[in-house]
Amino acid sequence: MPYIPHTDNDIKNMLAVIGADSINDLFNEIPAELRIDTLKNIPDGLGEMQTNQLMQEKASLDKRGLCFIGAGAYEHHIPAAVWEIAGRGEFMTAYTPYQAEASQGTLQLLYEYQTMIASLMGMEVSNASLYDGASALAEAVLMAVRANRKSKSKRILVAGSIHPHYLDTANAIVHAQGISIEVVPFCNTQGKVLVEAFATYENEDITAVVIPQPNFFGVLADVNQLTAWAHQHNALAIAVVNPTAVALLKEPGQWADGVDIVCGEGQPLGIPLSSGGPYFGFLCCKKTIVRQMPGRIIGRTVDSEGLTGYTLTLQAREQHIRRSKATSNICTNQGLAVTAATIYMSLLGFEGLKKVARACYANTHQLAALLTNIDGVTLMFQGHYFHEVLLQLPCDIDAVLDNLCEQGIQGGFNVSPYFPQLENALLVCATEVKTEKDLQHFANQLEFAIHQVA
Amino acid sequence: MLIFEKSQTQRQAALQAPDIVDTVLDIPKELQRSSKAVLPEASELQTVRHYTQLSQKNFSIDTQFYPLGSCTMKYNPRGVHKLAMMPDFLKRHPLAPLKQSQGYLSCAYELQQMLASISGMSTVSLTPMAGAQGEFAGVAMIRAYHEDRKDNARNEIIVPDAAHGTNPASAVMCGYKVKEIPTGADGNINLNTLKAMVGPQTAGIMLTNPSTLGVFDQNIKAVAKIIHEAGGLLYYDGANLNAILGKVRPGDMGFDVLHFNLHKTFATPHGGGGPGCGPVGVSERLKPYLPTPMVTKENDSYRWLTKKDCPKSIGRLSCFMGNAGIILRAYIYCRILGLQGMHRAAEFATLNANYLQTRLQQAGFTLAYPERKASHEFIVTLAKEAKTLGVTAMDVAKRLLDYGVHAPTTYFPLLIPECLLIEPTETEAKEDLDYFIDIMIEILNEAKTNPELVTTAPHTLPIKRLDDVKAARELDLTWNFGE
Repeated sequence: MPYIPHTDNDIKNMLAVIGADSINDLFNEIPAELRIDTLKNIPDGLGEMQTNQLMQEKASLDKRGLCFIGAGAYEHHIPAAVWEIAGRGEFMTAYTPYQAEASQGTLQLLYEYQTMIASLMGMEVSNASLYDGASALAEAVLMAVRANRKSKSKRILVAGSIHPHYLDTANAIVHAQGISIEVVPFCNTQGKVLVEAFATYENEDITAVVIPQPNFFGVLADVNQLTAWAHQHNALAIAVVNPTAVALLKEPGQWADGVDIVCGEGQPLGIPLSSGGPYFGFLCCKKTIVRQMPGRIIGRTVDSEGLTGYTLTLQAREQHIRRSKATSNICTNQGLAVTAATIYMSLLGFEGLKKVARACYANTHQLAALLTNIDGVTLMFQGHYFHEVLLQLPCDIDAVLDNLCEQGIQGGFNVSPYFPQLENALLVCATEVKTEKDLQHFANQLEFAIHQVA
Repeated sequence: MLIFEKSQTQRQAALQAPDIVDTVLDIPKELQRSSKAVLPEASELQTVRHYTQLSQKNFSIDTQFYPLGSCTMKYNPRGVHKLAMMPDFLKRHPLAPLKQSQGYLSCAYELQQMLASISGMSTVSLTPMAGAQGEFAGVAMIRAYHEDRKDNARNEIIVPDAAHGTNPASAVMCGYKVKEIPTGADGNINLNTLKAMVGPQTAGIMLTNPSTLGVFDQNIKAVAKIIHEAGGLLYYDGANLNAILGKVRPGDMGFDVLHFNLHKTFATPHGGGGPGCGPVGVSERLKPYLPTPMVTKENDSYRWLTKKDCPKSIGRLSCFMGNAGIILRAYIYCRILGLQGMHRAAEFATLNANYLQTRLQQAGFTLAYPERKASHEFIVTLAKEAKTLGVTAMDVAKRLLDYGVHAPTTYFPLLIPECLLIEPTETEAKEDLDYFIDIMIEILNEAKTNPELVTTAPHTLPIKRLDDVKAARELDLTWNFGE
């Protein structure tokens, strides 16, 4: 019996102790009319060897192309040690560290993670993770509504240049609580939200402003001005950032007088692309509003003999204590992904992370230069971008991507369906894993594809 | 010692950072970073050794019996993990072209179908990233259903006092008021109390069955009738699905929507607090509201269903498609177990729980529901021992750690005083259960002869009991550089 250790003798002895005739008798409190004998459409079980064969066949259908897609998930080099260690059974098969004395490994690691991510973001405190970047934004919005006592409106302004899936996720999660998310349009030539766009809200009660950097198009906005605008209008500032980029870009804690909440997607820190998850969302904030934070938080304290130890703290915010009055319903978070990210940050260090960011920046800029050499391919926006860039092609994007796919290239992400005003818009990204040869190959194939399609 | 305290300026695992070509960084000064972040400065070996040593301070399923009630800490098969970590799966970008994604999509589609069959529901969406997000999705669908029918006066969700804390918290996130219903003395919901509670304000009820009390609510059909007649819907919290896999289906009990905990019933690793995965299944009437994306099959190929295909969907709950790697693991686990294996999971989980329950009762422990059979878990209450010996459930839990067993869930459900919620799961051998019984008896003896040994436990772990009050009062949440 797969994974079940019982011998016939065990079963006989155990049933005798219980005083039952059969295992089936143990279910006799379930009303007979509800009982079923079998399940439909469940195949017979497989041995490990047959399962290997089945899954190898499935995996072979997911052909790996040369990937130039970013759009919220980024292909980075992951040091071998990251998952060798994170995959240890002691990390992987433990659960939420309710018994602190038996969980010091996970707890200390999370305390170290909180230190690393808070410092990277230039913030005072961090929680121990949320599900992913998009749901972290939803939680950041809910947190801002609780934390901003000066505002009664529950109106949140979000830069229209944010990842459209983040906007959808935040809306889906917060709308039932009477919160309205209003989109501030971006400038169609610069690809970023200008502070002038906020003029319409000059005399309104706004609870928080959401500022992405870099934004969905890879463009860098004037985040200092936007943060200052938020604070001048008694709104909290929420930053949504990429953790790799923050190694080179100004950390949100230093935008103007410092944002109040920072969130984002932790995937770039050692988490494989793996079809979109499990990743983890990070959430940092000013210490003054830490009691409004959702999720697990680890604190350092001492034991009965004065030895340093780590424990879940501020649990009075959480659902298992506060139930309907909790700051969030979150219970299980993304602990293992955070374990990997902590090891990743430790192996890279700040200097290493800066080099990764620098290489991504350089590769994407080189790629943009190569691609805009192709007839009819131009940059959609003027201005500064980081490790992603939006191109305008002279023809239909889907047809081009199809053609590239045949050549083994995943040539970027078609943005036009989300932003109809941006015609034939292709978002491309080249991280540090791409070689000069890869970039040139992509440029050649794109030129070919455009000829075929146009 | 923290990794930061082992750091030396300039040290790094040089191999892991790319060589960088000398390019101009054309970014305005005011948008550039000028300060350093406090990340470790350590060699590769130092990092590997530090985190390996930390891992050794953890209890885990791989190293200890872990009878944490309501969490289903069963063996997480290594074979499953290894297959889910195949490079083709890990390297698949979530927005990769469909043509290059048919392998993953087929797994997700087949899992949707299997979960629908297991639960007796019409359709499943895999996207919620944990049980609590599944609850949110479920209640949001209940709300969308009522709103769609212009039935807008329904503003209450009923939740039993024994429910997981996530239930009321999820209902509130969906904009509902929570009304708590007390549990009857037999562990079932009292039907008269329920009848008095429902009305035109009732949006629905959230239930776990078997409940967190470790018993199956035999009145469930009657509960469903009362709720449905009042115009409400029934939500099933799938935390305890392992107890009934292949024996009874939430859909047949009358539930309209449920979530699964793949990290419980389907053996995906708990990861020190996640990732989990909380797919939702619904009956026909809630189908239009399922969260997107989902996978559909058309002419032998698979594609994503998005909001365009499902205009009434409650929408998207994550940037991509949920915890895809966990979905993959659950799929592989289901294929290994197969039909017979699923039946056996529930059967042996229940056998182990009832064996432990009987033996502990014979040894003098008080059961919360002595007249009832255990489901896959059961409750021991130490109220008597707390009163007569001054030894609490917390003390016993801590002393268990000394004997190399992870503590059961303590002080939950809240309505049973000094309780231990014990869930052995089907993958534990009889010898391991016997060892647990032996040490429980031993701890009871210690409580009588040398109570201080128990009340000051643990004694054998890296640290003793922690000062939680200090942790909350003098918040120390990050290491201070230069400390």
